[in-house]
Amino acid sequence: MTMAEEEAGGLVFHPMDQFVVKPLFGAGEVNWYTPTNATLWMALAALAITALLVFGTRGRAIVPNRVQSIAELLYGMVHKMVEDVTGKDGLKYFPYVMTLFCFILFANFLGLLPKSFSPTSHIAVTAVLAVLVFAGVTVLGFVKNGAHFLGLFWVSSAPLALRPVLAVIELISYFVRPVSHSIRLAGNIMAGHAVIKVFAAFAAIAAIAPVSILAITAMYGLEVLVALIQAYVFTILTCVYLKDALHPAH
Amino acid sequence: MENLGQLGQYLGAGLACVGMAGAAMGVGNVAGNYLAGALRNPSAAASQTATLFIGMAFAEALGIFSFLVALLLLFAV
Repeated sequence: MTMAEEEAGGLVFHPMDQFVVKPLFGAGEVNWYTPTNATLWMALAALAITALLVFGTRGRAIVPNRVQSIAELLYGMVHKMVEDVTGKDGLKYFPYVMTLFCFILFANFLGLLPKSFSPTSHIAVTAVLAVLVFAGVTVLGFVKNGAHFLGLFWVSSAPLALRPVLAVIELISYFVRPVSHSIRLAGNIMAGHAVIKVFAAFAAIAAIAPVSILAITAMYGLEVLVALIQAYVFTILTCVYLKDALHPAH
Repeated sequence: MENLGQLGQYLGAGLACVGMAGAAMGVGNVAGNYLAGALRNPSAAASQTATLFIGMAFAEALGIFSFLVALLLLFAV
């Protein structure tokens, strides 16, 4: 193989090609009703969650079998997280938090399968999740506390002269929440998958193939960890925002 | 002239990635200080892991923002 061919071989795919949303059937244009690969992998995530949490615990055994204990572990972990961060009165919103955690976790993990597509790498998907949390928490804060919710922006422990300045900063940081909440998840997943693809492109060049295959393995291990941690971080930030809405005292 | 614009695009994308260094230092700082505190008082460590992850997430978000700026410069301009 000549040098030029090797180089051409390394550039057959673009690292960002894996994020293209394609129709499942045929190659027409993508409308809002078109079943795409994003639809498929989100549906698979929902199916996997159902399989684990509904069919896995069907036996309701006193001594749980393997699948049931995984489901119980997942449930217990999220339940404890909501209780620790938001307190007892936050447990009313546990089902939504559990749904978020399971969906993001399973979408992340299924996205790690070769040839698959990870819906959470798209800001469009994560922005919907984050904006729903933001809007829900804001409405909840006003319904539960009325005008006292604005106390979140009026830092009463600070000197009076500083409070207007802090109020502006608090207000900005409040409205940046959905942006950072969504971009953190999408950015992490997208960056990890793109890095793996970049190393995969280098693996086509014989001289550095062993190094890059080792690097892919290492990055893959890191990505499994990141998939879990980012689902955890997204959920725990949801809990923190929920706590702010239920107890806005600053 | 078009090449000059492309040059600026690539240079800007590279420079934007310098921001990741700051995020790396931030995340390292959070984890290091957590470990230092956890080794002094191991019994209190388990209750603070949630705070650790929240702190890491906030520090890391800014690095992700710089990565996003780089991506926007490369693909969206």
